[in-house]
Order: sequence, then structure tokens, then C-alpha cells
Amino acid sequence: MKALKNFFEKTKPYVQKGAKYHWLHSTHDAFFTLAFVQKDTSKSGTHIHDYIDLKRTMGIVVFALVPALLMGMYNIGYQHFGALGQLETAAFFDLFLFGFLKVLPVILVSYIVGLGIEFIFAQFRGHEVNEGFLVSGILIPMVMPINTPLWMIGVATAFAVVFGKEVFGGTGMNIWNPALVARAFLFFAYPAQMSGDSVWISASGIEKMADGFTGATPMAQAVLGETNLNVWDAFVGLIPGSIGETSTLAILIGAAILIITGIGNWKIMLSTVLGGLFMGILLNIFAVNAYMEMPFWEHLIIGGFAFGAVFMATDPVSGAQTDKGKWIYGFLIGVLAILIRVVNPAYPEGMMLAILLMNTFAPLIDHYIIQGNIKRRLKRVQQSA
Amino acid sequence: MENLINIFIKSIFIENMVFAYFLGMCSYLAVSKSVKTATGLGLAVIFVLGITVPVDYLLENYVLKEGALTWLSPTFGNVDLSFLSFIMFIAVIASMVQLVEMVVEKFAPVLYTQLGIFLPLIAVNCAILGGSLFMQQKAFLNIGEASVYGLGSGVGWFLAIVGIAAIREKIEYSHVPGPLKGLGITFIVTGLMGLAFMGFMGIKL
Repeated sequence: MKALKNFFEKTKPYVQKGAKYHWLHSTHDAFFTLAFVQKDTSKSGTHIHDYIDLKRTMGIVVFALVPALLMGMYNIGYQHFGALGQLETAAFFDLFLFGFLKVLPVILVSYIVGLGIEFIFAQFRGHEVNEGFLVSGILIPMVMPINTPLWMIGVATAFAVVFGKEVFGGTGMNIWNPALVARAFLFFAYPAQMSGDSVWISASGIEKMADGFTGATPMAQAVLGETNLNVWDAFVGLIPGSIGETSTLAILIGAAILIITGIGNWKIMLSTVLGGLFMGILLNIFAVNAYMEMPFWEHLIIGGFAFGAVFMATDPVSGAQTDKGKWIYGFLIGVLAILIRVVNPAYPEGMMLAILLMNTFAPLIDHYIIQGNIKRRLKRVQQSA
Repeated sequence: MENLINIFIKSIFIENMVFAYFLGMCSYLAVSKSVKTATGLGLAVIFVLGITVPVDYLLENYVLKEGALTWLSPTFGNVDLSFLSFIMFIAVIASMVQLVEMVVEKFAPVLYTQLGIFLPLIAVNCAILGGSLFMQQKAFLNIGEASVYGLGSGVGWFLAIVGIAAIREKIEYSHVPGPLKGLGITFIVTGLMGLAFMGFMGIKL
């Protein structure tokens, strides 16, 4: 550790302004600040200094994502060998290794493309490399189906980083969650690779699926009216789905980490779940088709609902900033997600679009809350005067 | 009743004037710098759409459509005046906008100066004429459906402009690349808002 620090300290003069390797300065800065907490104070704006800076915050989010990612890797192997019909003979480690080798290239592509663009932008615009991509880079693979071609991941990542974030000025300035922008981009540009029954299982080298194995997600089945969901499998995460979204259990562990460390906002998580439950109960009451009759709480464990509520909706940048606004924002996400899921036959999954839509309106919610506060306080001042 | 609610929701979200048809973009882009003026213009558009669509509905069904004049005399049964619909609709819209302008000038002079040229320009806002023409195309059964459609389209447009105004107020403080400042970033924001609104496309009510 000491040697690494010495290396960074020693190379610093070489990347200073006017020095030979100045073009590398943002790269140097990025790795130095990633590895070590800095002593210097902020250059502008507020001067509150805390060791939990942006890089440490992002690190905790990535750490919270690890259980869901590991579970997702295992599940990919589980689904693959399930499709082969060899589940009994394959060992635990086989399943995990298969999934690991499938997911690793996706993560690598996402990080290399995303960070590459970040470094280029940082260099040209003369600011430090934005830390935000540490989380986006792992979120993007986790919301994709495993069969997405790697070049698509690359294109979507590039689109999300450039048009979702950099054009707004980088980390902390974006209006929409970059990972969801990437997914929505692929979803509308290449619908065949992003939905349907065959994209969720890594089926390379499988000649013939085992009998009774469909590969459809529980949501696709629910649309057809087949609601015989295996609740335990759905909770643990042994169902077809995007890489990181299947295991509600692992996501709950992540949620606990986020809430205990204070990184993720529990108000948004709770209100999103409440909104989902509210809409689920409402649909249960009307119940005009089989999907609406599905028990309302099952919505929480299938598809991307839990993942979105814990890791996507709580994004502190694109979500609502005011306290009251967070409750409204989260509640509407839950309501809209279930509504789009059940009512819209075109999209089996509503979470992504619900969060994107509420990201759109989060500034408006904040605006009205702040205006309300200003009005109330003005009144109080006038009364006392 | 259920039918009316369906038309209302559909015209706000699924067939949103801005994000589904890209109508009324000029004032949407130009007057969306602050939420306050955007709210004013949005309310004006709701009012104008809410009045002109039912009025144009009456015109369409009792004057312009083929055989619409039979209430005057059965001999007009094969008179078709629909070639006049554009000019008639525009005349109705222009007079309504004149009315709104006078009301706003009288009761909200600050808003009047803030909106400037864009208030009279509602008359040529394509969302307004679009509302009437869609009404003609959709062949609503009665005036209730037409007025609900007009109101819903107005509310959809209102939501769009107020939403983007809030976003633009927020990114005022962002470090947007120089060449994209102003209109450029607004176009990108509009595109991404459209992406978010795609969630409603395909819902069948």
C-alpha cells in the first residue's frame, strides 16, 4: 500500500500543468483518489469535508450490489443446466462458474466502454474523472438479459454515458438514471434481444431444451394467465430474468447494507413498495383477468421490482431531493410500475419505464414542494410581523 | 362515463401531444425556461383546447360534414363543406386565443409580459389545430367526448411543458458543454422524456 502511495506521489509532478505527461493527469487523479482518501479540501462551493466522499459512497453501493450479482451468476448456471436437464448431475461450483464466465465479459465491456468515455470527456473538458460510473458500470450488466450480445452492451453503455450523463455535465448533474437509459435504449432499439422467452437463458450449445422447460419469465407467464408461481424460487432468485434482478433475497441484503450505512434512502424504498402494494391491491379488487387476480404481494418478488426499488429509484441524483417529494416520487413509481406491468400488453416489465418517467417529473415534484415551503414560511413571517 | 375517463387518460398519457405526436414544439421549446411562465402558457393551452375542440365539433357536425346541413333543409343532404374545415377551425382558434389574450392582459399583466409574443402565437400552435383535426379524424360520438378529448390533450401538453421547465430550471446549474447550452440540451432532454413516456404506448383502453 505504501509503495503504491509513493508511486502516486512521485509521479504527480510529471502530470502537472506544463509537464511532459500532462495529458495523463485526469487518469492519474482518478486512480490516486480511488485508492486513497485525499487530504486536500474542495476547490469550490461548500467546504464541508468528510471522508465518506463520492468514491467511498459509490464503493458501498457496489458492495451492496455484490450479493445480487453473485446470486445472479449462480442463477444463470442454474437456468442453463436446467434447460439442459442436467441439474441433478451438476455441482454447485459448476453452476456458479458457468454463470461467472458468462457475466464477466459483460461487466468488462460495460466498464471498459463507460470508463473509456469518461476518461476522454474528463481529459477534454478539464475536470476530474467522474466517480458515478463505478456504480452505473455494474448496474448496466445487471439489468440486461444474459443473452444480450456484447456489442449491444457497448453501444448502450456509450449512449447512456454520453447522452444520459456527460451532456448534462457528468456525475451529479444527470436527470435520468444512466443504467436505465442504457436499458431503455436497447429495449426500444433492439426489442428482439431484450424481451421474449429465449433471451433469459444462456442457451449456447444447447441443441434441445429439456421437456417442460420454457425459459419464459414469471411475468411473461402471468400475462398469459398462468399464475402458478413458485414463491420460494422467485424469492431466492431461481427464475429466468435479467442478470441481477432475480433474487429478492440478495437484493434485501443489499438494501440492508444501503440503509444501515445511510447511503440509500429508506423513504424511497418504503414508498415504492407501498405504491406497488397499493396498486396490486387495487387491481386485485377489480380483477377482470387472470393477471389482475394474481396475489398483490407476488408483484414484489418477480421481475425487476425489488431491484428497481432498492438500487434504481434511490439514485440520489435522479430521484426527488426533498423529503416530502421522496414519498410522492417513490409511491408513484410503485403505482406506475405495477400499472404498466398489468395493463400494458406491450411491455411485460414496467419498473424501468416507471422509474424513468418519475425521474422526468422529480424536478417538478421538488419545485412544487419548495414553492409550498416558501409560501408557508412567508405567511409565518407576515403573521409575526 | 367509463368511456369518457378512457378518452381523458388516453389523450393525456398515451397520445400525448408532445411526446407521441411532437405537436406544439415551438412554444414548448421557447417558453419552458421557468416553471411559472410554463404553467401560465400550459393553462392557456388547456383553456383554448378545451373550448375549441367542442366548438369545432359542433361546426364539423352541423355545418361542415357531408350531409351535416340537413337540419336546415333536407335539400342540403349532399352538400359537403369539409374543404372549409381548416379555415373554419383556425378562425375559431384565433378568436379563442384573442379572448385568452384579453383576459390574461387584464388579470395577470406580469404573466402577459413574460409570455410576450407566445401568447398570441397559441393561435398557430400546431397542438391546438392538431386537437381539432384529430377530433375530426376520430369521429367522436357526442360533444362530451370531444370536450373531454380537448381537455385531456391540453392537460397532456401542460404536463409536458411544466415537466421540461422544471428540468431546465434544474440543469441551469449543470456543467453542460458549451455548444449544447440552451436549445441543444433541451432537444436532448425532450428526446429522453419521450423515451420515458414510451412506457404508455401500447396500452389499450
